[in-house]
Amino acid sequence: MTALTNLGVKDIRDGVAGGEFTAREVAEAFNAAVAEAASLNAFIVTTPDHALAAAEAVDAKRARGEDLGTMGGVPIGMKDLFATKGVQTTAASHILEGFNPQYESTVSQNLWDAGAGMLGKLNLDQFAMGSSNETSYFGNVNSPWRKAGSNAAMSPGGSSGGSSSAVAAHIAPAATGTDTGGSIRQPAAFTGICGIKPTYGRCSRWGVVAFASSLDQAGPMARTVEDCAIMLEAMAGFDPKDATSLKMDVPAWETGLSADLKGKRIGIPREYRMDGTDEAILKSWEQGKEWLRDAGAEIVDVSLPHTKYALPAYYIVAPAEASSNLARYDGVRYGLRDLPDGAGLQNMYAATRAEGFGDEVKRRILIGTYVLSAGFYDAYYNQAQKVRTLVSRDFAEAFDQCDAILAPTTPTASFPLGSLNDDPLTMYLNDVFAVPASLAGLPAMSVPATVNADGLPLGLQIVGKPFDEQGVLNAGLAIQRRANFTAKPEKWW
Amino acid sequence: MVSTYRIQGATGEWEVVIGLEVHAQVTSKAKLFSGASTAFGAEPNTQVSLVDAAMPGMLPVPNVECIRQAVRTGMAIEAQINKYSRFDRKNYFYADLPQGYQISQLYHPIVGEGQLLIEADEKAGIPQDKVIGIERIHVEQDAGKLMHDQHPTMSYVDLNRSGVALMEIVSKPDMRSPAEAGAYVRKLRSILRYVGSCDGNMEEGSMRADVNVSVRKPGEEFGTRTETKNVNSVRFVMQVIEYEANRQVDVLENGGAVDQETRLFDPNTGTTRTMRSKEDAHDYRYFPDPDLLPLELEDSFLEECRASLPELPDAKRRRYETELGLTPYNARELTAEVETFGRFETLLAATAAKIGKPEAKVATQVANWALSVAPGVMKSLGDEADPSYATAEAQAAILAMQDKGEISGGQAKEIYEIVLKTGRDPEEVADTEGLKQVSDTGAIEAAIDEIIANNADKVAEYRGGKDKLFGFFVGQTMKAMQGKANPAVVNQILKDKLD
Repeated sequence: MTALTNLGVKDIRDGVAGGEFTAREVAEAFNAAVAEAASLNAFIVTTPDHALAAAEAVDAKRARGEDLGTMGGVPIGMKDLFATKGVQTTAASHILEGFNPQYESTVSQNLWDAGAGMLGKLNLDQFAMGSSNETSYFGNVNSPWRKAGSNAAMSPGGSSGGSSSAVAAHIAPAATGTDTGGSIRQPAAFTGICGIKPTYGRCSRWGVVAFASSLDQAGPMARTVEDCAIMLEAMAGFDPKDATSLKMDVPAWETGLSADLKGKRIGIPREYRMDGTDEAILKSWEQGKEWLRDAGAEIVDVSLPHTKYALPAYYIVAPAEASSNLARYDGVRYGLRDLPDGAGLQNMYAATRAEGFGDEVKRRILIGTYVLSAGFYDAYYNQAQKVRTLVSRDFAEAFDQCDAILAPTTPTASFPLGSLNDDPLTMYLNDVFAVPASLAGLPAMSVPATVNADGLPLGLQIVGKPFDEQGVLNAGLAIQRRANFTAKPEKWW
Repeated sequence: MVSTYRIQGATGEWEVVIGLEVHAQVTSKAKLFSGASTAFGAEPNTQVSLVDAAMPGMLPVPNVECIRQAVRTGMAIEAQINKYSRFDRKNYFYADLPQGYQISQLYHPIVGEGQLLIEADEKAGIPQDKVIGIERIHVEQDAGKLMHDQHPTMSYVDLNRSGVALMEIVSKPDMRSPAEAGAYVRKLRSILRYVGSCDGNMEEGSMRADVNVSVRKPGEEFGTRTETKNVNSVRFVMQVIEYEANRQVDVLENGGAVDQETRLFDPNTGTTRTMRSKEDAHDYRYFPDPDLLPLELEDSFLEECRASLPELPDAKRRRYETELGLTPYNARELTAEVETFGRFETLLAATAAKIGKPEAKVATQVANWALSVAPGVMKSLGDEADPSYATAEAQAAILAMQDKGEISGGQAKEIYEIVLKTGRDPEEVADTEGLKQVSDTGAIEAAIDEIIANNADKVAEYRGGKDKLFGFFVGQTMKAMQGKANPAVVNQILKDKLD
């Protein structure tokens, strides 16, 4: 039954519904694959019982002839940023170690309601802050990929590095991710899988540990565009418990899929041709244009003039919000409490937060606190908000001339773990192509295009108009059909 | 217009400048951003939602009722209503603040400039009516409560109040005496209670004030102010101002400077003390709350808010004077509190109906009854009275009998006493207890004839021009009738017979 782990969301769902195999068989296969892959460190906790229980419920429904749901029988990995009732939820931090929520996030509940089960809680960069999955309190995640001829451990990207690693290694058919400034797209690109961040507000943030509220969006990570469409449809939806949730019906993205791009115009932003971008990446971008042209689209040049200000603005807005969002981790009500002998309240705060947060989290809290301080607020936070408006306007104007934008997902392929630890700025540059769409709240997706000379995957990014996930998915599908990306990491774990 | 309140210092007179920030708890079943109950007096931590406890991933969702109440309050003080407003986070760490920030409105409050009228009160030192400017009203979350007396070394936290909606109503520095500040708080409380946006219960903390005080020589620039936090009664507000003004004058006259600082009031000593100085002031790092979209109010919502406003104290007072013909004193007394005017208007309607006259014709009689006679009777009875017997029907019946001349004022009181003690029907009491005036002209005529016969000398004097003696004859007649004669009838017959 090992073959079951080669299946994705659609194949599992259809196979279970068609009686080719039971949901329980699928869950068992993936539970075994997860257990075998401990060396990837993709999971913080595994929940084989949850996966089995969900599978049995689906099998029972099938026996009764009931509807199995759009994710019926599909076991998935859940990024450990989503609160899961009774299952430890840590955001990969020490400060939340041992925290068992009494509530279920809206997105995870939507998935369970659609018939999915949970293999476990996936590792990530601590509080989703990082681009290499090295800031986790529970140790880095290893990418299943390695450079050809090397045994050096590679980064699966971040912050959804547990998700990307697990899906690429076929120990989960799909996983949830969250994307604040590229945290779905960059790890997807690094590991040769698909990942889509929908329009801001499509997926409820209720029950998702907040990093930067105005940017955080959940989305699916899977090996095909079709699987992403199916899973996003299950995750999305208006939630009255999230005031920023979109009050719109969820389109039928799966049935709306079409790789025919006739009459569509795809914009190529000239400002994304940046120094330091890999030749191989530029080449894959050119290839991407050809594929989309082949699919019937017209390729047009567009300009996004404020692109170079997007990353600096992001590194003001996101830490500012984070510095406030993370104030609740204070040792008073839940999570870690460090109360030195004779300590007062202030000492308890200081000790708890010093012990409970990792260096990258502290760095961003400090940046955020600084940019919001009296005397600096206008120069930093307000200025960054203006840049954000300009970046959004750039996209709006570009979308007068095109239906979607094609760009690289990242400026480089994956890098060896540890190689950028002392160079946060280079690390931050990983997200230079991802961040503008986050600032503008636009749907954006990464799909695998090819591998570079080292045999490492490269991704292409499609950015769409607000609410046009369908257009993004369709362009992604057109690339997928032509890229014919079949490379797989060699199993070493 | 100018207040005469002055602090007499060694170097001359000082004027006090006062501004108030009143925190009023919004009347709503649920909290500002969560569904948890706001009821007062529950066991600690029994009214706390996941949002109020700031659990990971929890999000605020605005409670429209709280927004509606703030808008209605703004309309009641004739303020600018901002159709666009926004929530900001005020960041600071404290154990009673689970989120690590308070959601408030700094940059774009929901209500802009408005005003409130305080009425002249000679006795209190307010020579003329005065308009006090209101800077803004914004909506924000309340914090929880620390309990320091539960454990020898630890403090406990009660989050029941955490997230309850408050309106912060910020006045301009327009007040110049403790009396004006007291009148302002009372008037504001009255308006809030009319509108129903706050119960105004200062003992339960539904309303509390931050008192900003500075002093200056009249005509000079504003001095440095201090802010005394969380003052929870009108009397304390006035005490704080007295104390602070005198303290500041002492400091200045001794060559010192007033520190811009936050102070605490001690009700036991009537004094204030430093809570934190400007140097220790927090940097709150305000920024727009990214969990919440800006509030954009639609015209239909504003219209609904406006339509739901009741007649407000100033308008009602004017109407009582002009339409009902009440004295300014009575009008002010009756309109000060929701309960007072409510009882008055019910009684007025019942009385007018019972008598069959327009309200304006009986309003003065009802006002006098409601403001002085009825409370007097109630008070004299003390515990003997059962307030549930003080129905509008019973009182209207008494007032109607009085209006028809069937009973005297004294009899009305006596009947009301019996009604309050027993709940008996006033008309039945009047009949069975003999508490009715005699209007039978025959009986009165007979009594008067006898008096005239027995007092020939007085009759001669009266007829000789000593008009004052008329009162003597009235008195004699009433005495002969044991006080039960209808005075109007007595007067008429006496006049007929003597003149």
